Amino acid sequence: MAVATETPAAPPVAPEEAGEPARALPGWTRTLAVTTLRSLVPVVLALLAGAVLLLILGRSPVRFYSDVFRYGIQMNNWQNSAVLMAPLLLMAAALVVVFRANIWNLGYDAQYLLGAVFVVGYGPWMFAHWPTPVADVVLFLIAGTAGAIWTIVPALLRAYFGTNEIITTLMMSFIGIDVANILVKGPFQDPTVTIPQTKTIPYADMLPNIPGTRIHVGFLVAIGVVLVLHYLLTRTSFGLRLKVFGENPKAARHVGIDVRRLIVTSFLWSGFLIGLSAAVDILGLWSYVRANWNPSYGNTVIPFVFLARLNLLAVIPFVAFYAVLSTGGDLATQAVSLPTDFLLVIVALILLFMAVIEFLGRRRALGQSYLTKGLKDALRQPLFRRRKST
Amino acid sequence: MTGVLAAASGLFTQSFVTALIAGGVLASVPLMFTALGEAISERSGVLNIGLEGMMLVGAYTGFLGAYEAHSMWVGFLTGAVGGVAAAVLMVVLSVRMGLDQIVIGIAITLAGEGITSVLQQAQFGGAYPRLPAYPQVAIPGLESIPVLGKSLFDQPLVVYFGVVLVGAVAFMFGRTRFGLELRAAGEKPEALDAAGVSVLNTRSYATLATGALAGLGGAYLSVIATGTFTPFMTQGQGYMAIVIAMLARGRPAWVAVASFVFGISLSISTALQLTGINISTDVINMLPFAAIMLALVVFARSAYLPPALAVPYVRGAR
Repeated sequence: MAVATETPAAPPVAPEEAGEPARALPGWTRTLAVTTLRSLVPVVLALLAGAVLLLILGRSPVRFYSDVFRYGIQMNNWQNSAVLMAPLLLMAAALVVVFRANIWNLGYDAQYLLGAVFVVGYGPWMFAHWPTPVADVVLFLIAGTAGAIWTIVPALLRAYFGTNEIITTLMMSFIGIDVANILVKGPFQDPTVTIPQTKTIPYADMLPNIPGTRIHVGFLVAIGVVLVLHYLLTRTSFGLRLKVFGENPKAARHVGIDVRRLIVTSFLWSGFLIGLSAAVDILGLWSYVRANWNPSYGNTVIPFVFLARLNLLAVIPFVAFYAVLSTGGDLATQAVSLPTDFLLVIVALILLFMAVIEFLGRRRALGQSYLTKGLKDALRQPLFRRRKST
Repeated sequence: MTGVLAAASGLFTQSFVTALIAGGVLASVPLMFTALGEAISERSGVLNIGLEGMMLVGAYTGFLGAYEAHSMWVGFLTGAVGGVAAAVLMVVLSVRMGLDQIVIGIAITLAGEGITSVLQQAQFGGAYPRLPAYPQVAIPGLESIPVLGKSLFDQPLVVYFGVVLVGAVAFMFGRTRFGLELRAAGEKPEALDAAGVSVLNTRSYATLATGALAGLGGAYLSVIATGTFTPFMTQGQGYMAIVIAMLARGRPAWVAVASFVFGISLSISTALQLTGINISTDVINMLPFAAIMLALVVFARSAYLPPALAVPYVRGAR
């Protein structure tokens, strides 16, 4: 972080820091202000660039963004956004765990879908035979286990052979999406419907709503998990070990941390949380899975996890922002007759501006400080075992 | 039992083999172009995760060029230009400014997916216009070899161009000064810098070449292979290309071989339909990725990547 210089002469800081009002405040407040500013500016710039793009396409940006606000927040629509937050928060939590551990788990799509498919696959039978709370708990565990199992191969390959997990998780993701489809069209298909889709979980057995709202209790579960996990990551030895390993794998090995076990554990936790996110989403909102369905939450959550600097408390407002953008944007893009993929462009712009802003803010750090040092080093590690450079 | 035998013998009919190899070649061409591009940038020390986005941009601009100008050659040109345009982003942000290559790569992929889908919709409003089928060129003599002739030597002209390109890139790596500099930029950038050659320039050219090749691969998908542009049409081929480049250790001849193997696994479904064996498309779609996972598990120890891969070069930094 830039040193807080108190000299009256204009300090050599980047332009967007120059007008900072927090100069007289104590160090940590200033740090917090700068961090917040750096996290918000990319979002604002991306929204502006999105507006320019809309103008070029001959659409009214004012109408688009006011629609996003209207459909995302006003008239109780904020409740829909909150419902969307539940799976997004758990997905973000899953990513934070591995990113802190210096690992890229990009196989979230398959882990999510497999969790979802098993919930709808076994859900109807369980709800018919077991008390609802028991069935709920078991389904959560099944979904989490399905997600965790799908990370095992990349985890072991990374832990024992150093094979780069970016590639392996992506490949496992493509495979897993097809496996999920096979299950939807095969054993779990509802024979009474012509479209390939699973049986539907009865409305009465879905997660109940928070009294007075249309938000299901899965939202509270997600918030609870995020808070507990934040505590685990910041206040326990497990969190510390993850952090040490994330910052410097060599040092971690040196102080006697079982690195292989840590890699596998963090992978399993990540997959488990992604499975949970699927369970919450299916039991709270969707109730069935159609073939080739893939909400792909992970792709859109990644930028916000970085903007929050892998801090789970900071993740909550960012996820809330994206939930509003997504909920409102779904209808707003239709209103201007564009595909919802327009939101992907905005997300990509946020990522790009985030990198650029960080570059401007810390020229010497070369724009990488959104990543932990360990994540940066991960890129320098071999995708496979690399020849010793002589 | 007899049914299985009949099915097995059906597998080896001439039409099946012809269809399999022809389809394999056809499906492997976009992979080959793109993986060749990735091989170039990987050897220069730039890991290009944005390949999928560059392919999609190339597919879109290539289709647009071919559609508007009624010429597949214009299509290939605009496709390559589109890929280069996406690669410029990578050059400026990752190579020049040294920003994280993975983050920028993910951003380029997301942006490529989003923007092509938006533009397609904005332009054609939900319609998917088709291009005419372009003529294939048969090589006289070779074409009449039984089984293999028809499938290998009767192809769109650009396929032969791809084969020539593999040789050209191999020559560039091994026999030219630029090839040497390029490999140095990936192996030991400090040494290249000390020799008075700009690491950033070398890597920039490599990344632009990657963009052009990925764009060409994408354009091939839209202009030749399908004759239309649909959003997300690359379906992970960009990622497959990355793995192919890795497994081939950046050597062009191996890139061609590996692309052909994965092309076969991509085309096996259409060939199987000829034999009347009906396997779910999901199983078929899974094959190439399963093959890659298998290859990664088996060859995990032997694959090789340049030491300076994905490390931004900063003069004087250790």
